[in-house]
Amino acid sequence: MIEIDSLGFAYPEAEFFLRIPEFTVASREKVAVIGPSGSGKTTLLNLVAGILVPRQGRVHCAGTEVSALGDAARRDFRISTIGFVFQDFELLDYLSVLDNILHPYRITGALRLTAAVRERAVSLAGQMDIGDKLTRGVGHLSQGEKQRVAICRALLPGPKLILADEATGNLDPRNKGHILELLFESVAAHDATLLAVTHDHELLPQFDRVVDFNDFRTGAA
Amino acid sequence: MIDSLYIAWKYLSFNRARTATLVACVTLIAILPLALQLLLAESERQLLSRAESTPLLLGAPGSALDLVMNGLYFDDEVPQLISMMAVESLEASGLAMPIPLYVRFKARRFPIVGTTLDYFDFRALTIAEGRQLAQLGECVIGAEVAARLGITVGDSLLSSPETVFDLAGVYPLKMQVAGVLQRSHTPDDLAVFVDIKTAWVVQGLVHGHEDVTRPQDASVIIERTDANVVANARLVEYTEITTENIDSFHFHGAPGDYPLSAVIAVPDDAKAGTILRGRYLDGDAGYQLVVPETVIDGLLANIFRIKHMLDAVILVVGVATVLALILVFALSIRLRQREIHTVFRIGGSRLTIVRLLAAEIAIIVLFSGLLCMAAIVLVHQYSNELVRTLFIG
Repeated sequence: MIEIDSLGFAYPEAEFFLRIPEFTVASREKVAVIGPSGSGKTTLLNLVAGILVPRQGRVHCAGTEVSALGDAARRDFRISTIGFVFQDFELLDYLSVLDNILHPYRITGALRLTAAVRERAVSLAGQMDIGDKLTRGVGHLSQGEKQRVAICRALLPGPKLILADEATGNLDPRNKGHILELLFESVAAHDATLLAVTHDHELLPQFDRVVDFNDFRTGAA
Repeated sequence: MIDSLYIAWKYLSFNRARTATLVACVTLIAILPLALQLLLAESERQLLSRAESTPLLLGAPGSALDLVMNGLYFDDEVPQLISMMAVESLEASGLAMPIPLYVRFKARRFPIVGTTLDYFDFRALTIAEGRQLAQLGECVIGAEVAARLGITVGDSLLSSPETVFDLAGVYPLKMQVAGVLQRSHTPDDLAVFVDIKTAWVVQGLVHGHEDVTRPQDASVIIERTDANVVANARLVEYTEITTENIDSFHFHGAPGDYPLSAVIAVPDDAKAGTILRGRYLDGDAGYQLVVPETVIDGLLANIFRIKHMLDAVILVVGVATVLALILVFALSIRLRQREIHTVFRIGGSRLTIVRLLAAEIAIIVLFSGLLCMAAIVLVHQYSNELVRTLFIG
C-alpha cells in the first residue's frame, strides 16, 4: 500500500531534515509509528497523504506516485484514497456532528453527497456511539466524542488507507482502548490499511507491526 | 455552490452578533441614499402638486416662503398678518375669487385653519362623515386628525392657548366637530377647519358673554352709563358656542380690520391673473401677491442643491464603510486561519475558501438587500406622512 524510497524532506527555513531510505506498509496491515517528539512522525503522514511534497525520493501510495502529482491531483488522490484522523480532530465548531462528518463532501468536487452517503454517515455515527448527537454542535462534545466524529469523517468515503496522527493522544485510558478498538474494527470492515502515529506504548501489541522512528536518520539538513 | 452557501449559512448563524453587525452596516449604507431619494421625490411631489393647484397667494410683504408654507402647508411659522380689507380689495377688483385664510392657532397640535366654504370647493374636499360648517364654533376635521385623536362627529375639540404662560390670554374655545373630511393625502388631512369668524373667536376678537345689562352677579358691573356698561373680569365669558348663547357673540371694531394670514386668489382666467399680479407688483400696496409654484420651485432648487452635497457625503461614507467591511473580512480571514487550515487538510482548495467567503458575502448582501427592500417599502408606504412630518411640518 505504501512504498517510500530514498525520501528526504525539509521544512523551509528550518533545521529539521527527515530522511527515510526505505519504508513499506502492506495492504490491510496495521502499523504503528513511534518515536520522540519532533522526529518527523506527523511529517511522514503528511508526505504519504500528499499534504507535503518531498524534496528528494518518491512516495508511492495505492499504486500512485503521490510525490509526482500536481496540487489538484494530490488533493483528489487524498480525498478518494486516504482517510486522515488528526490529533487535534480538525472539527469546525459551527457545524453539527453530522455536518462535520459530511464536510469533505461539501467542500470538494471529488466526492458527491447523496442520500446514500448521508445514510452511511448516520449508520457510521451509530456504530461509533454518537448516533444520538448528530444534530449537536461539536463544541458540546467530550474529547472522546470529538475523536469519534473525526474518525467517522475519515472513514465515510471508504478509504483504502487510514492515517491516524495520535488519534488517542487526547483521550483518557478507557477511551483510548475503545477508540482504537473502533478504529481497528472500521479498518477491518473497510478492508483498509492503517498507519498510526502513537505515543502509547501499551497500545502497540494490538498493531501488526511497530516502526520506530529512531531507526530513521533525522536532524540537521 | 449550494454546499458552500449551506456552510456559509451555518458559519454566519453560529456567529450571529457579528453577522447582524455586518448586515446592519450594509443595510444602512444602502438604505440612506435610497430612502432620502424617495422622501425627496415625495416631498417634491407634495410641495409641487399643492403649489401648482394654488394659482396666487396674497399676503403681507416679507418672506414669500413663510407666506406659502403657512398658507398652503399650514406651517407653524405665521407670516405678517393682513386684514380682511385685502379680501374686499380682491373682490372689488372683479378679477379673482378671494378665499381668506387665518392659520395661527392650534388644537391639540393640529393647525386651526380659519376660512370660508369656498376653500372646500377650491381644494375639492368632500365630507366623509357628518356635514359642512354651518354655525359659529363648529369645526370640520381632516381624516388624519380624526384618526390620530380618535374623535368623530359630535365630539368636541379644544383650541390650545398660544402660550401656557399667558394667564391673561383668551380662554380655549370648545369646538363641536360637525364633520370629518374624506382623506386627500394633503396637509388638509392634518388640519382643523373652522369658519373664519370662529378663528377670530379663538383669538378673542369675537366673543360672547353674559348680558351685562342683566348680570347674575350685580357686583361685576364697575360703571354703567346710558350709552355704556363696564364690567370687571369676573363677568362670565362663554368658552363654547351653543344655540343658547350664540346671539351674545359680537364683534368689537370694524370687521374689515380683522386679521388674516393670507388670501388665496383664484383668478377668473390667465389674463385676470396677470393683471392682478401687475397690480400688486407695486410694493406700496402693502401686500405681496406670489405665485406659490415659483416660490416652491426656488425652495426645491435649494433642497436639491443640498441633496447633491448630501449624496457626495453619503458616497464618501459608503466608500469608507465598504473599505471597513473589506478590512473586517480580511481580518476575519486571519482570525480563521485554523479553520482554513482544516478545510485545506480535509481536501479543500484555495477555490473552496474563496467560494465559502463569497457565499458568506452573498448571504450578508442578500439579507441586507431584503432588509433594505422592506425598509424602502415601509418608507414608500409612509412617505406621505413622513414628508409632512419631516420636511413640511
